[in-house]
Amino acid sequence: MSAPLTGELAQIGKSVVIKGDLSGSEDLYVDGQVEGSISLKTNSLTVGPNGQVKASVEAKGVVVQGKLEGNVAASDRVELRKSAVVTGDISTQRISIEEGAYLKGKIDIQGKAEAKTAQK
Amino acid sequence: MASVTQNFMKLFRGSSGGPEANSPAQASQKLTRRSSGLGELARTWDTEKSLCVLDLGSTSAPNIRHFTARGHRIYSEDLLTASTEPGLVTKDEQGNVVLDSRKFLADNLMYPAAHFDIVLCWNLPDYLDESLVRPVVGRLWSVMKPGGMLLAFFHTRDAGPDSPCYRFHIVGSDTLEMQRIVLRKEATLRISSAISPQSSSS
Repeated sequence: MSAPLTGELAQIGKSVVIKGDLSGSEDLYVDGQVEGSISLKTNSLTVGPNGQVKASVEAKGVVVQGKLEGNVAASDRVELRKSAVVTGDISTQRISIEEGAYLKGKIDIQGKAEAKTAQK
Repeated sequence: MASVTQNFMKLFRGSSGGPEANSPAQASQKLTRRSSGLGELARTWDTEKSLCVLDLGSTSAPNIRHFTARGHRIYSEDLLTASTEPGLVTKDEQGNVVLDSRKFLADNLMYPAAHFDIVLCWNLPDYLDESLVRPVVGRLWSVMKPGGMLLAFFHTRDAGPDSPCYRFHIVGSDTLEMQRIVLRKEATLRISSAISPQSSSS
């Protein structure tokens, strides 16, 4: 099951490299490289199969198919697909991990109230 | 324990050792086994609160669910996969291919001293390269709390180079589900080229 998309979707293609802080109020699909931080408090981030993200991430939902290095705080759910390589601590309400996904870090499953507090 | 090359070949058999070893059916095959050691640890995590657990096996969603549902903190660190990092390959004074244990410990198992109550080591020492076993055990000793517990399995006799490597899922208080590990294709290619650069170019 994928994190629900909210309608609008911004895409960063695989040839794009961004260094800095990203924030927004629409879903984001990253298939390129991002270094810095990503803040999408009420929306979802998807790291595509070619995506390489080195950033702290705050989002409602996070789906990883590529590489993600950094701590993840998701108020709803995190999905690690089989090709995911994630290094960093994950804090979320729900997590799903496909066989083959690689994760190095702490997993903190929070209740709804805790997750909302962490997002503030 | 064997040479670096032999150890990697063990892993490759799980993913690219030939049509038989590589069959999806074999890779997805799951076996169950009972473990009295697991049962012993289960009594601890079922009765104590807010334990800090380190799982050194392949990332396992059932294990994460198992511990987080009981209010424990779980850390996942797949050391076997981490040991296939090609940058670790070096040569000793005799020219033998070995893994750089200092570099390995600079990148892995970086935790405060006396941090973990329980470490799930599974059968990692039987599959980890010999040059890493002693340093890793030393680091585990330092990151475990006094009185902490470590679960490890060892082959009772030499299982031979074809012995498959498994990921372990906790499915009951003393029951494990074992699934053959399929190493990532890119990892096998990278480490092959690090061990023998000439063969990788063909």
